[in-house]
Amino acid sequence: MTSTSGPITAEQLLATTLLRFATAGSVDDGKSTLVGRLLHDSKSVLADQLEAVERASQVRGQAAPDLALLTDGLRAEREQGITIDVAYRYFATPRRRFILADTPGHVQYTRNMVTGASTAELAVVLVDARNGVVEQTRRHAAVAALLRVPHVVLAVNKMDLVGYAEPVFARIAAEFTAYAASLGVPEVTAIPISALAGDNVVEPSATMDWYGGPTVLEHLETVPVSHDLAACPPRFPVQYVIRPQTAEHPDYRGYAGQITSGLLRVGDPVTVLPSGRTTTIAGIDALGRPVDTAWAPQSVTLLLADDLDVSRGDLIAPTAAAPAVTQDVRATVCHLHERPLRVGERVLLKHATRTVKAIVKELPYRVDLSRGLAHERGPAALEVNDIGAVVLRTAEPLPIDAYADSRLTGSFLLIDPADGTTLTAGMAGEAFPESAQGAAGAEDGAAAQADDAGWDF
Amino acid sequence: MTTTAPTSGTAQDSPYALTHLDALESEAVHIFREVAGEFERPVILFSGGKDSIVMLHLALKAFAPAAVPFALLHVDTGHNFPEVLDFRDRTVARHSLRLHVASVQDYIDDGRLRERPDGTRNPLQTVPLTDAIREHRFDAVFGGGRRDEEKARAKERVFSLRDEFSQWDPRRQRPELWSLYNGRHAPGEHVRVFPLSNWTELDVWQYIARERIELPEIYFAHEREVFNRGGMWLTAGQWGGPKDGEPVERRTVRYRTVGDMSCTGAVDSAAATLDAVITEIAASRLTERGATRADDKLSEAAMEDRKREGYF
Repeated sequence: MTSTSGPITAEQLLATTLLRFATAGSVDDGKSTLVGRLLHDSKSVLADQLEAVERASQVRGQAAPDLALLTDGLRAEREQGITIDVAYRYFATPRRRFILADTPGHVQYTRNMVTGASTAELAVVLVDARNGVVEQTRRHAAVAALLRVPHVVLAVNKMDLVGYAEPVFARIAAEFTAYAASLGVPEVTAIPISALAGDNVVEPSATMDWYGGPTVLEHLETVPVSHDLAACPPRFPVQYVIRPQTAEHPDYRGYAGQITSGLLRVGDPVTVLPSGRTTTIAGIDALGRPVDTAWAPQSVTLLLADDLDVSRGDLIAPTAAAPAVTQDVRATVCHLHERPLRVGERVLLKHATRTVKAIVKELPYRVDLSRGLAHERGPAALEVNDIGAVVLRTAEPLPIDAYADSRLTGSFLLIDPADGTTLTAGMAGEAFPESAQGAAGAEDGAAAQADDAGWDF
Repeated sequence: MTTTAPTSGTAQDSPYALTHLDALESEAVHIFREVAGEFERPVILFSGGKDSIVMLHLALKAFAPAAVPFALLHVDTGHNFPEVLDFRDRTVARHSLRLHVASVQDYIDDGRLRERPDGTRNPLQTVPLTDAIREHRFDAVFGGGRRDEEKARAKERVFSLRDEFSQWDPRRQRPELWSLYNGRHAPGEHVRVFPLSNWTELDVWQYIARERIELPEIYFAHEREVFNRGGMWLTAGQWGGPKDGEPVERRTVRYRTVGDMSCTGAVDSAAATLDAVITEIAASRLTERGATRADDKLSEAAMEDRKREGYF
């Protein structure tokens, strides 16, 4: 393994791409050790950080530096020895820059994994080779499927404690892959590792020569990072209207925003939603540079051919592939707050750059992520960390995509209008293939609106 | 008009994969525009340090060809490097910006704050900062904090809600999903916004090089009268150093961070150009704060404690 050896030159670092990924594991699966190992073996841990870890380990009477201490950030976590929130970690190799959302594994912190997975292009699910696929593992797989994380890695850890035996790994990998497939996860990469000993994390294992695949880091370095732009219709939520009104730019009127999916071209016929007015793209300003094309996730300013009434909260989409506009939103949600969500509740719904009033009309079911997605019909409320279905009626029409088609224009937040608390994360449409519920033996006829033929990003 | 060819990343990547600097820039611009769209009175904390200079550069790009729709706020400890204050004032004049200054010295002079025995003024910035936010009714305050700087910062949100005393409560943070930032707050509360959350020190320097951003000269190797305290090279000055038994010597150094002179250390360095600085950082074995910030060495939880109290 040579991909990370040698000093990184300034030139190499300029050419790298960025991968956002998340890790999930149960309390004792060794997730913090894996993360510490990735940081340490990729030489991303600096001398003073390592010294601090060595000092803290000694104080606790541990012989070797506890790499888990590298990632346990807040005082309460250090005192309790658990990770209570999402922590973001940064490391680089000559090939790539990484942003790692390190999320905790306890059952009560589903919301943290949902948060970490929402921006991740890859999720590493960790299992203990001695225990195999457990309830937590199924929950983590379900969250990765729910959030439509494009790439899933199963890291079978503690292989040293099962004698580095291939059949143990093969059995766990097969069980997990079958379960993930039933959830609609298109592809799983399974890797046998020992985070403690360092096998197959950064360096290939010297003891598992039966395994011919990549190490965790090699896989992170080579997995494709951008979605298939041609397959996704472009979406452009307007954030801000730029009107200098200066002598130099008396008539400039640009619509600032970040392209959330697809590719835009000068000359494209577009529709502004929700008004439905049509025009064409007259120019694209890429942060001071005029360009002919721009694509996700670039922040640009669009100039339109006609003088339409466009403001923050509008969505610009190609006329040929504009989303339907609706006031009735059916979605799968993860409830994030201790205050339960009930039918009749009035909330704010934040979708892309628009925030509208909404009312909770129905709670059709709650999903048990650990018991094969069994459905509980018509729950009285969604409690914190619950995953379930919600039907909302919004005060204004929204151009909302199915989350299966577009992660950024298919997602929304529910916010408490009284104090601004973020209550719920929403994903428009159905989260899982109907067959997943059938496979789990649950009786449920909820209409699957999502297109689960494949994940297009 | 120019045509943009897709940039090529590594062999496996689509030609449309952005480079990491383009991705980080796009994200930061998105954050600036969200705040401009959702808040009434935003302000950028501007110290003349490299992170705040990069923030301002991003804000200028985000709203061009219009002016930046925010004022700047500097919390002046009274122990700032003269080169940095000079740079600050030139920058403000060049871009026709509005600058508010909250002065720690004023608070010490009229007795509202008392000088600490160690002469360090960084912890004293919290009160003037909070007062300035209240007085000007700023509802969004941009800070240049990065999550790679420190463990407590690694868990802070991009939009970080602060109560009327500017306090941060890590257990009450709002989950932040996708690129949906929730900036709602009650009257008297405000939101600290960190557009550089996902940048590392190296990213900041590479971006400075790519965009040819001007920095105060103290970031590059130069000769200076310094003395050693607690393993760091501090600049001699009227703030109170050196004490007896702390010999002053002339060394070739540069600063990796710019803050209060009493607790911001220089590092031995011959890196006099941007390229040399980037090479040095890529090879460095110490974090930026570990190398140069005495205030973070106080305890394992030093930064977390100061953030809870309303620090940046």
